[in-house]
Amino acid sequence: MTSPLPKPIIDLKGITKSFGTFQALKGIDATINEGEFFSLLGPSGCGKTTLLRMIAGFEMPSSGTIMIGGKNMAGVPANRRPTNMVFQSYAIFPHLTVAENVGYGLKTRKLPKAEIAREVEQALNMVDLGGLGARAAHELSGGQRQRVALARALVMKPKVVLLDEPLSALDKKLRDQMQVELRQLQQKLGITFILVTHDQEEALTMSDRIAVMFEGRIAQLATPEQLYRRPVDRRVASFIGVMNFLDARATGPINGHLALDIPALGSIALPSAQIPEGLDPGRLNSIGIRPEMLTILFDGNEHAEQVARGEVTGTAYYGDMTYYSVRLPGHAEDVTISMRNTAGRSIVPAGSTVPVGWGADSIVLFQ
Amino acid sequence: MLTGERRQGLALISPTLLYSLLMLAAPLIMVLTFSFWTQNYLELDTTLTLDNYREAWSKPIYSTLIFRSLKISLIVTLVTVVLAFPIAYYLSFHVKQRKALWLFLITVPFWTSYLLRVFLWKVILGYNGVLNTALKGLGIIEEPLTFLLYNANAVVLTLAHAWAPFAILPIFVALEKIDRSLLEAAEDLGDGPVRRFFRITLPLAMPGVVASTLIVLIPTIGDFITPKLVGGTDGLMIANMIQIQFGKANNAPLGAALALSSMLIVASISAVIFLLGKRFGGKVQ
Repeated sequence: MTSPLPKPIIDLKGITKSFGTFQALKGIDATINEGEFFSLLGPSGCGKTTLLRMIAGFEMPSSGTIMIGGKNMAGVPANRRPTNMVFQSYAIFPHLTVAENVGYGLKTRKLPKAEIAREVEQALNMVDLGGLGARAAHELSGGQRQRVALARALVMKPKVVLLDEPLSALDKKLRDQMQVELRQLQQKLGITFILVTHDQEEALTMSDRIAVMFEGRIAQLATPEQLYRRPVDRRVASFIGVMNFLDARATGPINGHLALDIPALGSIALPSAQIPEGLDPGRLNSIGIRPEMLTILFDGNEHAEQVARGEVTGTAYYGDMTYYSVRLPGHAEDVTISMRNTAGRSIVPAGSTVPVGWGADSIVLFQ
Repeated sequence: MLTGERRQGLALISPTLLYSLLMLAAPLIMVLTFSFWTQNYLELDTTLTLDNYREAWSKPIYSTLIFRSLKISLIVTLVTVVLAFPIAYYLSFHVKQRKALWLFLITVPFWTSYLLRVFLWKVILGYNGVLNTALKGLGIIEEPLTFLLYNANAVVLTLAHAWAPFAILPIFVALEKIDRSLLEAAEDLGDGPVRRFFRITLPLAMPGVVASTLIVLIPTIGDFITPKLVGGTDGLMIANMIQIQFGKANNAPLGAALALSSMLIVASISAVIFLLGKRFGGKVQ
């Protein structure tokens, strides 16, 4: 975080939204801080876009309040809100030039022409489109359109920039590049960005905090690291990255530790610090381990806290990484193990029996 | 050599092409030829001459009729397009379900013959017509109003009603094509509904408006049934005069010269409207 005392800029309280009988949002509470890169992440239909459109003022909540910069936004139309949006389709005005597009909002504010021209040029330089102001909208590539949309929002100097899946229409390479650029731009300007995305990688790499949404509710609101390392439930865990789920049960507390029996791996005692608040050990039924937290022990020199045995059933080579499918005894589904292809490490062929290393601190508990 | 694709294309359009050549180009060439000849009572003098054009462009009666035709059809076009726009807008932006039903209803007037619809206006506007009877019955007037029928206003009213569906549909299509996120973007950037309409909706609907304008303007300048039936003497238009020249007056060459002259004028006006629309609608692709 940039500042030690985060100052809230957007406050969402008890937001619900119904379209006919369909409940798109079922009670959203969240606070978004000044200068924060905040993401709404979830599968399509989870209500993330509806929530963003409500902050923008295109939809009104059925109940609940939206505060922006300390002001209640009830009844305030989109054109009077201190927010600007980058649309998924970019919504570049087809009958205007790049400069006219970017200067559109400034013209509404009745700024003098020379000032508009200066601000527009500045905004275009900011998104690396300097000198392209005279271009017609239809002469732009997909990536350029995205930059124009961004410049058009930034030139308004809004309190909050809203981005509705801005990168989904770009190809992978450009998308990766834009992720970095967007993040750098946001940090440089210090403006709050709210990003809607269904791409977990995008959310993880760019955000300060992420709200993971399912079916109209926030399932978890946390930093990318917390989300990845300590997902609150199996749904969040499987939405963010890859997670191996294994059956497990608690066999009892042993001096401040929780004793776990994991049939596929073995027994282990977890320090109580690792037990999430509100988890009832009696209802615990499974654990999760990330692919990179399991290791195949290639030779005797490598050390692991615990060792289980498994059989390699398949491999997928990714250049820098190899993903192994490994069958563990007493577990129907193969687990995925990712191994870095470091020097001297050869790929274990399918059919080999290998020692699998694991440890207590990589275990996530689910009920 | 023709490539396979081009040959296929030509084969596809050739029946239509042949038909248009026969039915459009051939008569046009005939009329063009006629306009340079002279009628000597019963026989045609085929010596080429510009006399017909000289007469068409110099005698005040013809220019009066042309100007009146232009004036009437411009007013008709203005009225029709201005009234059609809100209907098309409503259809496109406010009708959520049953759009097809609405479009279907708009075409209902076409279910009866155009002639019948003109007669209907005679019934409504006539001396003992629906309007006069109703106003008299309500005690608003004592004597029937006579300015309703047999004048230029009646022609405007009848034509505007008849051409409304043709004007609504192109505007509707243009409005339907506008990406709704553009309107949201304009609002997001600070525009209220009115500014947004003039900066985004109208410029992007311009191709439809231009199409509507031309679709209504071009045929109404040359209309002769409506002025004949409801126009009276001061509602007569240039097409009526052309008809007279080809018929009663037995002066086809003059009629041809008049027809070609008005065609030239209509074409120039259409070109101007097209260019203006393009300029206002801007660089829409």
